[in-house]
Amino acid sequence: MLLTGAEILIETLIEQGVDTIFGYPGGAVLNIYDVLYDKRDRITHILTAHEQGAAHAADGYARATGKTGVVMATSGPGATNLVTGIATAYMDSVPMVAITGNVATELIGRDSFQEVFITGITMPITKHNFFVNDVEKLADTVRKAFYIANKGRPGPVLIDIPKDVTAQKCEFTPGNRFRVELPNRYTEESLALAAKYINQSHRPLIYIGGGVISSGASALVRELAEKTDTPVCCSMMGLGAMPYDHPNNLGMIGMHGKVAASMAAKSCDLLIAIGARFSDRVATKAGSFAPDAMCIHIDIDPAEIGKNKAVDLDIVGNTYDVLTQLIPMTEKAERKAWIDTVNEWKSKFDCKPRSSGSGNHVKPWNLIEKVYMRAGGNEIIVTDVGQHQMWVAQCYPFSAPRSLLTSGGLGTMGYGLGAAIGAKIARPDKRVILFVGDGGFHMNMNELCTLVSYNIPVTVFVMNNSVLGMVRQWQSFFYNKRYSCTTLNRKTDYVRLAEAFGAKGFRISSDDDIDTVLDQVFSYDGPCVVDCIIDRDEKVIPMIPSGKTVDDIIIE
Amino acid sequence: MQEQFVLSVIVENHAGVLARVSSLFSRRGFNIDSLTVSATDNPENSRITIVVKGDTYILDQITKQLMKLEEVEKVERLLPENSLFRELLLLKIHAPVESRSYIKEAVEIYRAKILDMSPVTMIIELTGQQSKIDAFLEIMKPFGIIEMCRTGITAMARGMSTIYDPSTITD
Repeated sequence: MLLTGAEILIETLIEQGVDTIFGYPGGAVLNIYDVLYDKRDRITHILTAHEQGAAHAADGYARATGKTGVVMATSGPGATNLVTGIATAYMDSVPMVAITGNVATELIGRDSFQEVFITGITMPITKHNFFVNDVEKLADTVRKAFYIANKGRPGPVLIDIPKDVTAQKCEFTPGNRFRVELPNRYTEESLALAAKYINQSHRPLIYIGGGVISSGASALVRELAEKTDTPVCCSMMGLGAMPYDHPNNLGMIGMHGKVAASMAAKSCDLLIAIGARFSDRVATKAGSFAPDAMCIHIDIDPAEIGKNKAVDLDIVGNTYDVLTQLIPMTEKAERKAWIDTVNEWKSKFDCKPRSSGSGNHVKPWNLIEKVYMRAGGNEIIVTDVGQHQMWVAQCYPFSAPRSLLTSGGLGTMGYGLGAAIGAKIARPDKRVILFVGDGGFHMNMNELCTLVSYNIPVTVFVMNNSVLGMVRQWQSFFYNKRYSCTTLNRKTDYVRLAEAFGAKGFRISSDDDIDTVLDQVFSYDGPCVVDCIIDRDEKVIPMIPSGKTVDDIIIE
Repeated sequence: MQEQFVLSVIVENHAGVLARVSSLFSRRGFNIDSLTVSATDNPENSRITIVVKGDTYILDQITKQLMKLEEVEKVERLLPENSLFRELLLLKIHAPVESRSYIKEAVEIYRAKILDMSPVTMIIELTGQQSKIDAFLEIMKPFGIIEMCRTGITAMARGMSTIYDPSTITD
């Protein structure tokens, strides 16, 4: 079959199982978009307002399903606008394939119109990238990109294709869908040793991260915890792997995590880290994290072993495979004294946050709780970055994997709206709810038009405190309340803004209104924005300052 | 403890591989003392020899992070006790008539070579271990070094063992 490069690209994408592309057209990708026009019954293209939104949408699509997100943009500014989205996916190990057009081969390197060296720019934020200057290599490159994005620890891959290559013709031979490769490098002995450490431990603690969710090992973690009577804490990326109200669940650990989780890490004699990487937001002071514990680290990425914390035993492999083999080797145990101690901490410290604001503004945790009560357990929660993200991470009772989509590693303000679009496209059966701050919403609110154009019923709760709350909180604690450039006081009317975009707008001005307005919001089926007025002095508590330990925790 | 490590890295012979390797070093904050790239017996591969200073943590991370690069096939640490390290020096030096005999003597002792001569300069070539080149440069300094370049270390394990042995770290 003699096909053009553009046809080969789309055929190969379909062959690799792609049903949706998020993107934005432009000069260098005209040939590709021309083919998409013919293939619109087989592959859906979602046009966003900005390439960044498309990249976050592809990311949200991938996180919601585990499938590979695909984003496409033109050369130059189209490509550079993807950068934040690609970096976000890279930091959180999200499988993504980004396709960029480039100027024709003969114009490369001449600073041509809309030319940028995107493979150079994205080198440190992709697992790998390709510049395809030969149409004969295109199909195999696309196949390889999907393979790389999914093998081992997932991540983004970029393919840059000059315009002339999309027009050239060559013989196309259909191929197969990529097969995921999860190289296990551990030995039976290391599993036996891990089982021995677990069986001998008096105060074990399981610490899980996003790797548990991406490998589908959530149920196995629960099984291990129950069998060995071990409490479980998680990084933000691991939220949802353990049911919120499971008796063994301690919830999120780290800078804004639960006190009981941090106390448990301080006191445990064995730490079992699974698909987690001891980031500085978890191990705020890596050297003093779980100081008295022997440490087992289970992860698919060998480079994570010993990177942030020295460990005693490493098991490099797919967490699903590791746990499947490890659980039968452990003994059923009861660790009543330890569990009682942990439960004491839980009931003593982990109560509902106390308001530090004044007046009758919306209390973030009340809003979150009431949203949860109405959402019905079949929802995907998306957040942006900042205080609202931490409140959601702390208070929302996540109980299923892939029910929270949030930018953990990169902390990308402006992530949420795009990601919510991707999530709803991927999972139309789920209710998709976005919590966003007024700062982050202003960064990429343009994607409201995408919600409206495609009638994507995402509910957006803007936690509006008129300040950049998280930065303000640091200024409050560590900069003598010198609120430099964090007071927004914008005059944006979010209700009218939503309506101007063609969405529905609501407002919750006080804590007393939450129920009434939420009833209306939840009976509305369509894209809507809910302006929730929060006091600017609400804090995210508890907080372990950067570089400090649970001994220095700020509780009020 | 800071040590000097010599790593031999087999990579796919593609455009951009060197950029990926060097970008990895700067992004992770590893310092390169020297880096050389060369052809190998297999036209599909290149061999990069990297000299880095660091502790065992750095060595461990460098090796693992290098292995994560798609185009890196093998990484091997070469130990000084069972490897050969060689470097090439080209040196342009002030060599007026009155200093020439002394310079020639040093060249002979160090088994260097004079490649070029003008009325007042010479170009000298020396191959050897880093320490030998350092010592030779010390001797030449007083004459006045006009220009110099060193290739950085290239290295190979002694005896039967090779970088292609299955025992070396592979993807």
